[in-house]
Amino acid sequence: MRIAVLVKEVPDSYGERRLNLTTGLADRQASDKVLDEITSRAVEAAVSHAESAEGVEVALVTMGPESAEATLRKTLAMGADSAHHVLDPELSGADMTLSAEVLAAVLQRIGCDLVISGDVSSDGTGGVIPTMIAERMGAAHATSLDTLAITDSTVTGQRESYGGTLTVEAQLPAVVSVTERLPDARFPGFKGIMAAKKKPLETYTLADLGIDPAADVPRSIMLSVTESPARTAGEKINDEGDAGKKLAEYLTEKKLV
Amino acid sequence: MAEQKILTYLPVLPSGELMGSAAELLGAAAQLGTPVGVIVTTPGVSQAAAESAGELGAATVYVAEHEAVGTTLTEPTVNVFTTAWESVSPEAVLVPNDIDGRDLAARLSVRTHSAIAADVVGVHRDEEGIVAHHSVYGSTFTTESATTHGTLIVTLREGAVDHRGQAVTPEIHRVELGELSPHAASITEFSASAEASTRPDLRGAPTVVSGGRGLGSAEGFALAEQLADALGAGLGASRAAVDAGYAPHSLQVGQTGVTVAPDLYIALGISGAVQHLAGMQTAKTVVAINKDPEAPIFDIADMGIVGDVFEVVPQLIETLKGQNS
Repeated sequence: MRIAVLVKEVPDSYGERRLNLTTGLADRQASDKVLDEITSRAVEAAVSHAESAEGVEVALVTMGPESAEATLRKTLAMGADSAHHVLDPELSGADMTLSAEVLAAVLQRIGCDLVISGDVSSDGTGGVIPTMIAERMGAAHATSLDTLAITDSTVTGQRESYGGTLTVEAQLPAVVSVTERLPDARFPGFKGIMAAKKKPLETYTLADLGIDPAADVPRSIMLSVTESPARTAGEKINDEGDAGKKLAEYLTEKKLV
Repeated sequence: MAEQKILTYLPVLPSGELMGSAAELLGAAAQLGTPVGVIVTTPGVSQAAAESAGELGAATVYVAEHEAVGTTLTEPTVNVFTTAWESVSPEAVLVPNDIDGRDLAARLSVRTHSAIAADVVGVHRDEEGIVAHHSVYGSTFTTESATTHGTLIVTLREGAVDHRGQAVTPEIHRVELGELSPHAASITEFSASAEASTRPDLRGAPTVVSGGRGLGSAEGFALAEQLADALGAGLGASRAAVDAGYAPHSLQVGQTGVTVAPDLYIALGISGAVQHLAGMQTAKTVVAINKDPEAPIFDIADMGIVGDVFEVVPQLIETLKGQNS
């Protein structure tokens, strides 16, 4: 069985992140580029299953700029078998419709039984791409799973729903996404890093996948981008035994209590 | 020109009671045109939900009841929603930005060839159509988006819209469930959550009290609960407090948790990692209490107190009680 993991390189959310105020695109110089933390949990889920079962292969799939190749190599070091990178200048600023079309196309090209993704990326915060891919591939979806169990023919897990927790089960092929309640990722060892250098990493263009980014379909477009004014520090006092009283005064004066 | 229809997914509890997000979804729909609701339930519980939807502003409600709602994931809702879509030709579709809402939006987007605006915090109309507002990178930037043409599908961030619709007596249409796609996951079990807390929902509460690692233990976290209850506030927690097991994951405020924008945010023993700030920095007033004078939370706090939360907070609660009596 082949498991594909959707990999996303993002600006590091532990540091400053910026948008370019002219283009509205991510300012790639402003931040360190890292593997999205939730992606690393998806990779961990796939790799740990591959270690515990016979004949399971893990393929990493991403679309992104050239820098994503380094992120793919680092992620291969966690124990995946191959990587697949859609790289095309026409993908700059792609909306979710185009992103899902591209990812579904490359997944269908490489062939897979199960797709695992993070539930919501830390930069786009959309959380819709996995199910959009499932719809395009004619597969079931089981998203935002807090637990995950994989067999040769099914995938099961629990997810939050209105008023309680659901246990869901999908027949493969299926697309699942996982939450940060799944185990944290392993730290790749020296052996993994050396092995990753020799693993296959294939690059695709939109033409390779037969996708026309200028097709006349509805697209989401950005109309404006504004930087929010930065917050500044206000009053700061040291507690000298009466700070609770002073805070009560402050809140009362500002009519906040 | 006839009023444009805004088709709105209204999620319900298994009992048939509408989820809290219904009010803001119908409120946002009312800002754009005529709100039309869609309610999909298991048999026997939809009538009350449909009437409540009218009270929240739904002029028309499409209602379907079916056993499959309890056994098949997402697909029954997509099916009914598609029927309603064909009847009303909506200008926009609004769904909650929660797990079920996102799945519905994703399936509909591909099936109907429509663009999605995700994690939207507000909407308005200009001369060219509907504009969605986004809050990006932990509210550091604000952007606006639109679709080039066709119906816009919006996933609306919970707690972000204050506008409310006006009560009407809704026209109720019963819809039959069509044939379901075989590519759907099964629901094999449902376990109801323990009785919900009586505190206001974190997402929409005007005041939020959050506790961090500085509270030291699950027992220490009770201090945040006491202050929240004294103020009638929603309760939150930093990721560090959640990871340490002081508070459940559902309370996590920050990049990977809930984003809040209350009038007053009180941070107890929270250092203020960038990922936490991403979830609360649009609060109108921020108060921070922390014993570390160098804690980054003080850089964004309107009122910062360097001190021991276990001394300052009990005195605050006592003083406020005294004022109220």
